[in-house]
Amino acid sequence: MTELQVLLFASYAEAFGAAAVTIAVPDSGTVADVIAALRVLPGGHVLPPRPLVAVDRRYSPGTVAVKAGQEVAVIPPVAGG
Amino acid sequence: MIRTAIVAAPIDVPGLLAEVTSDATGATTCFVGTVRNVHEGRAVTGIEYSAYTAMAIDEMTRIATEARAQFGDVRIVIEHRVGALVLQDVSVAIAVSHAHRAPALDAQRFTIEELKRRVPVWKCEHYADGERRWVDPTAAAPTAAGAPDVGT
Repeated sequence: MTELQVLLFASYAEAFGAAAVTIAVPDSGTVADVIAALRVLPGGHVLPPRPLVAVDRRYSPGTVAVKAGQEVAVIPPVAGG
Repeated sequence: MIRTAIVAAPIDVPGLLAEVTSDATGATTCFVGTVRNVHEGRAVTGIEYSAYTAMAIDEMTRIATEARAQFGDVRIVIEHRVGALVLQDVSVAIAVSHAHRAPALDAQRFTIEELKRRVPVWKCEHYADGERRWVDPTAAAPTAAGAPDVGT
């Protein structure tokens, strides 16, 4: 397994009660594995069916691989402007 | 020329206009977003903005780069504010210039629309009745054209 820190913001940070959480995903895991690991944590019920995830500050679909040391963030619906 | 920033202090709109204006530009446009007193019928007293700052700066820079690719040699400065804002405070300002007006206007529209669709910034509205709520533009329409199509 690979441990990853996942950044949380805004409504997700409030739901999870933290600005970041540490999760474990299978080696050679993907963004989809990150989402699955987050869903089972307290607060994970707030995630929509298709949450947005950024890897190294770029939106990344579920098939993208994640590695230790990358900057992974789950992005609530954006509302800038 | 591109500059993007997430700022905590009030945005200096005239400063942004001056920044994009040069001897070679004949047209300068500016979009200014301000805090409004109502949202979906509820009286708003203020908005607290927050951002994933590092990615927001990167994403705004990508948008400005795309605007230059599409509309030519525009000069673009984007600043988005974070923190607690009150009514009429400037939340976002985008200044664009070009030799001619059409590319400046087109790039202006493109930049604000893409910013609202993609840049990781959030707003928590505070209402006159004391409640607060994170704004979710996708809540009303789950398949809203707004969301980046990168979900799983």
